[in-house]
Amino acid sequence: MRHIISILLENESGALSRVAGLFSARGYNIESLTVAPTEDPSLSRMTIVTTGSDDVIEQITKQLNKLIDVVKVVDLSESAHIERELMLIKVRAIGKDRDEMKRMTDIFRGRILDVTEHTYTIELTGTGSKLDAFIQAIDRSAILETVRTGASGISRGERVLRA
Amino acid sequence: MELTGAEILIRCLQEEGVDCVFGYPGGAVLFIYDALFKQDKVKHVLVRHEQGAAHAADGYSRASNKTGVCLVTSGPGVTNAVTGIATAYMDSIPMVIISGQVPTHAIGQDAFQEVDAVGITRPCVKHNILVKDVRDLALAMKKAFHIARSGRPGPVLVDVPKDVTAASCKFEYPDSISMRSYNPVLKGHPGQIKKAAQLLLDAKRPMIYTGGGVILSDAAAELAGLVKVLGFPCTSTLMGLGGFPGTDAHFLGMLGMHGTFEANMAMQHCDVLLAVGARFDDRVIGNPRHFGEVQRKIVHIDIDPSSISKRVKVDVPIVGNVREVIDDLVKLLQASREKPDAKALKAWWAQIELWKGKDCLRYDRASKIIKPQFVVEKLYEVTKGDAIVTSDVGQHQMWVAQFYKFDKPRRWINSGGLGTMGFGLPAAMGAQFANPKASVTCVTGEASFQMCLQELSTCKQYRLPIKIVCLNNRYMGMVRQWQQFFHGNRYSESYMDALPDFSKLVDSYGHVGMRIENPADVEPALKEAFKRRDELVFLDFITDQSENVFPMVPGGKGISEMILAEEL
Repeated sequence: MRHIISILLENESGALSRVAGLFSARGYNIESLTVAPTEDPSLSRMTIVTTGSDDVIEQITKQLNKLIDVVKVVDLSESAHIERELMLIKVRAIGKDRDEMKRMTDIFRGRILDVTEHTYTIELTGTGSKLDAFIQAIDRSAILETVRTGASGISRGERVLRA
Repeated sequence: MELTGAEILIRCLQEEGVDCVFGYPGGAVLFIYDALFKQDKVKHVLVRHEQGAAHAADGYSRASNKTGVCLVTSGPGVTNAVTGIATAYMDSIPMVIISGQVPTHAIGQDAFQEVDAVGITRPCVKHNILVKDVRDLALAMKKAFHIARSGRPGPVLVDVPKDVTAASCKFEYPDSISMRSYNPVLKGHPGQIKKAAQLLLDAKRPMIYTGGGVILSDAAAELAGLVKVLGFPCTSTLMGLGGFPGTDAHFLGMLGMHGTFEANMAMQHCDVLLAVGARFDDRVIGNPRHFGEVQRKIVHIDIDPSSISKRVKVDVPIVGNVREVIDDLVKLLQASREKPDAKALKAWWAQIELWKGKDCLRYDRASKIIKPQFVVEKLYEVTKGDAIVTSDVGQHQMWVAQFYKFDKPRRWINSGGLGTMGFGLPAAMGAQFANPKASVTCVTGEASFQMCLQELSTCKQYRLPIKIVCLNNRYMGMVRQWQQFFHGNRYSESYMDALPDFSKLVDSYGHVGMRIENPADVEPALKEAFKRRDELVFLDFITDQSENVFPMVPGGKGISEMILAEEL
């Protein structure tokens, strides 16, 4: 099953490689990983999307907690949460495709950030499946480049993850 | 007054009460060696290879429960130490490794003797720290010692660039340290301990299974108290030997791949299992699916939450320091009006006695060729069971575990997790430095011994009177055994040709060598060796080439599916 794990960790050099190294050393999957400092610059917040049986996920959370730099770990998928991913996608926009691209971008509530004679660069935010759906919806051959951030997640309601 | 980084490092060691550091100098650590030279509180032991430094620091720690320290230079210094670091990591041994690094401005430039020490060691340390500023050095050292010995212990590496050791700042060593990201749980949850006590009292076929955690948390006295209250049978992993007296009637011997028949059968067929500081690893319970075929309730005490329900699902997990949890458990049991089910226990012990009747460790005592088990039995007698015994890895290691009955903790020192050949001699050096008056013996094989024999020179330099018992069968015995059982007797590359004359070899280092070929000479030779209190003696026992370690649980099988000697 897919899980989205949130980690609060010391913002120190090498902390990311400890987490990444743990996943590769123990043979766990990483579907995506995002990380950036929080409002407290001494802490980083990381979101990892992974898959595995309940036993594997239990081990992943325990092993992450064991890392000295890790302050807190929470499996967001255990309760209501919000996840968002940002995609930047550069598409060919010529002839009748140009209007079609604009229309699709509006339907998916994206924004066109950059325009050239032949291309649009579109910004799209949403769950991973929404971004997938956009890619499915447009003409595949029109895609010139995509870049996705991977999911970031946060709990719904009043639950917070703090040091 | 300002101190240089090198001076700060040494002061930190002094503050931590370190009396002895194992190391080898080199370019990146010259300032540190200079600072060492100018003081006399911290003794430096010069090894002959950095692997030896790491194993010696490890052996020092295992024999004393102090944090072992080793000091190596950058590049090959630290890569040579990696095997020793990984060995300590697998067995949760508290150790601090100080490695030199090229100057900060040269890092990443592919400088001479540069290696990414923090990157290379990351998967085999509990934590590591690259110190880029001399002002961070004292705190890094404080953290290193704190992390190494608290919680589930382990090695911590501090990588110190050369310019950091030369730079100066004011020295202040913090008295204590608190880290928001690292707070190991020590006390067990009272509710869980209560549940555990009830399960134990209700048990019909109980079993206590103990591991290295008992040794690491110094819980031998508490464990003995628990067994006394309950009267349950008790077994131990390779790492836990000595945590419970090997001569006690409640002790069934070691369990696992080469465990006794009775220990493995009782482990498989018990209805309540109390696991104490052990981790159900593959060499202990064999195939977890086979182990799970029998219904039983499991209580698991461990300081590391990730050890719980990793390979075997447990019913009552208790996270905490083994000593504190057992202490709480004993108090609860003593206060309880209920007592263990005496009738059920009697029947269970009767069953265990039947299993014991297999006499699974028997071997041919009338043999005209020296049997390796016989040597270990005689070693036990001659040392009155009171030596610190280190070992290398292979058949000889298993025979010591089976035949030397350790009654006290920290007497049995071996590489259980990583299985590092070459560990025995340097570990014995560390154990001897930790206990200068103790009788230290290294049981080894001719293959393992050759992996770190350069340390014979260190032994001479420091006059270490270690006794080396070599069970020389001219084979990598354990490899040969597996090839015999599972690879159609094809002894691929497991025969040792062109062995040195070990007596002459140790003689050239200034030690005493003996070669023993007859069973009748075994005991006199051992006695003679131990009489030489101030000398290192190497006893080269020419043993039976075809002897195998029994019982044996083949890889992938369940622990009750043992091969016994008579079945072959």
